[in-house]
Amino acid sequence: MDFAELVRGFPELTTTGLVQGAIYALIALGYTLVYGVLRLINFAHSEVFMIGTFGAIWTWAVFGLDSNSGAPSVPKALLLIALAIVAAALLSGSVALLIEVTAYRPLRRRNAPPLAFLITAIGASYALMELMGTLTQRRQVGAPALLPTKTVISIGGWSITPVQLLTLVVAVLMMVGLDWFVNKTRFGKGIRAVAQDANTAALMGVNKSRVIALVFVLGGLMAGVAAVFSDMKSGNTRYNIGFLLGLKAFSAAVLGGIGNLRGAAIGGLLLGLVENYGSALFGSQWRDLIAFVVLIVLLMFRPTGLLGESLGRARA
Amino acid sequence: MTALRERWHSASSAVGRRVDGLPKSARITGLLAFIAFLYVLPNKWFYEYLNIPGVWIPLYTTRNDMAAVLFYCAWIALLSLGLNVVVGYAGLLDLGFFGFFAVGAYTVALLTSPESKLITEYNWFESPWPWLVTVPIAISLALLSGVLLGAPTLRLRGDYLAIVTLGFAEMIRIIAKNQDWILNGDRGIPQVGHPPGKYPDGSAIFQFEFKPYYWLLLTVIIGAVFLIRNLANSRVGRAWIAIREDEDAAELMGVPTFRFKLWAFAIGAAVGGLSGSLWAGQANFVNSSTFSLENSILVLAAVLLGGAGSIGGALLGGFLVIYIPEWLRSVGDVFGLPEVATVFGNDIDVSPTSLRYFIFGILLIIVMIFRPQGLWPNRRRAAELKDRQKEVAVVE
Repeated sequence: MDFAELVRGFPELTTTGLVQGAIYALIALGYTLVYGVLRLINFAHSEVFMIGTFGAIWTWAVFGLDSNSGAPSVPKALLLIALAIVAAALLSGSVALLIEVTAYRPLRRRNAPPLAFLITAIGASYALMELMGTLTQRRQVGAPALLPTKTVISIGGWSITPVQLLTLVVAVLMMVGLDWFVNKTRFGKGIRAVAQDANTAALMGVNKSRVIALVFVLGGLMAGVAAVFSDMKSGNTRYNIGFLLGLKAFSAAVLGGIGNLRGAAIGGLLLGLVENYGSALFGSQWRDLIAFVVLIVLLMFRPTGLLGESLGRARA
Repeated sequence: MTALRERWHSASSAVGRRVDGLPKSARITGLLAFIAFLYVLPNKWFYEYLNIPGVWIPLYTTRNDMAAVLFYCAWIALLSLGLNVVVGYAGLLDLGFFGFFAVGAYTVALLTSPESKLITEYNWFESPWPWLVTVPIAISLALLSGVLLGAPTLRLRGDYLAIVTLGFAEMIRIIAKNQDWILNGDRGIPQVGHPPGKYPDGSAIFQFEFKPYYWLLLTVIIGAVFLIRNLANSRVGRAWIAIREDEDAAELMGVPTFRFKLWAFAIGAAVGGLSGSLWAGQANFVNSSTFSLENSILVLAAVLLGGAGSIGGALLGGFLVIYIPEWLRSVGDVFGLPEVATVFGNDIDVSPTSLRYFIFGILLIIVMIFRPQGLWPNRRRAAELKDRQKEVAVVE
């Protein structure tokens, strides 16, 4: 128990925790969207994220940047990041759509039991992870350092680097955008209707298949954005990176109340913070343990997460 | 595709009907012959002649010792037999099954290894215990941990239970990995005891060779199948199925659902602990890396691939999830498949050895599309699912 460390590092721990939490939250949104509509733990979502991390690095490689190249000028770097976000989001979104169309849709057609979906998700996860492992020779791939590491804003003991600032701003924008999309648009109304009662929604003229495909794509887009920031934060990626991050993100989704978009966002940020504070307090080797302890303790007292399950109900 | 599916269905059920139609004596003889076949299987003079007729593709694994592969197959089969009670019968989604396996393996390791800190540092006892004595302790501790985990968590339903069990298994793994008091962290515990038994010439049967362990596991599995089959056909088994089908209805009809769920959990955990103690005896070394979540998921895949709720299915699934990837390793040699491909100037290892889990993942997806109820489903469950398929979903 190192309280001195916690107090001394508090501002920095808060920033890094929020940044990590924002990445968890973006991935968690994908889990929660699919769960809210299909009641399915989409195990393959972690691999959708993993492919996004490679998508970003490949995009940068096209422009001749790898882990050894120097930092480009700031406007150029921002442009490159924007390009990588678009590329990774598109790649992740299409992989998510591919999984839905080739693996889940045939099962839904046949009204297969829920466990069949689960094992299909496991199968898809194996296939994607091993395919990428083979393609990348199971090596760690480095990302270029695009933004300078010096502090941009510093108030008192609290400071933030450009990567952290960008991660938080973009993540918040994505979350607000998704929330608006689901709550205010026609498509969002369709999603909420299918989440509430798929068959009734279909009878009312909602195209169920299209809504489900849309949900997978949205989740994939969020994972793609998270992937770019994960690359920039850790500076590298690997074919098996999705596993632990996906697990944490899923925990975050459950923490907030799975099926609930705002819950996933809050759960993600909270998990990032708690993990950081906890690892300062008990030592960093316990970081992963803290996440699960918090989750289990919370589920004892609030069995449906912080905000409860509610994609289908009015307050999504 | 639909026609193909129909044909596959009618063919597989025709085999089932034909087997059912045989007299009981014939069925028992067939079963005994099959068990005898399993016992002879790890012998080289026997399996060398196993080929797909006509094309001469070996059915045994050429890259790995067949006895070792069979041992791992039997190991996962025993685990999926235990998980089948939890997932297949009681319908509780348990993603942390390897936690109980870890409890069993560590118990045996701590009590039988001369390097165990219980002896070297804490002086709880003088010399390591014999392996056989520690197995019941391992099983009871695993059972106890199942009850301890189940008591507070089994009130959670469905996917929340899944995440809590997953968290529990990860917690056990991280604690085992990080702390140094007794479990030795990543360095693990070496020199775990072996099961007793000597050949007539005085040398020990159970050393590092896989074959005797495979036979031991096979025997244990046969025993466990009898126990679980009787349990499943008793009041307990009927209560489990009632809970799986509709928990609220079962509770209203007077089934004490919580108690029976706890039973399912505890029995599954005990089988997991048993498997852990057998595995520790063979591996001779226990550390946290075996208890990864990937393995829990592999066992779950085994249960569902075989067909949840059916003992034969669980065993078949457990066999296949190890055997298919291992067998794929040898396929490349037979067909002379390329080992390396060059893409964008990079040499990529495309040998079946490298791609085997990719192929396995694709196979899982394909099997689920054609047989969502699993390869060898429980008959009652298969009928329920068939019924379900008729309730066509509204407008796709």
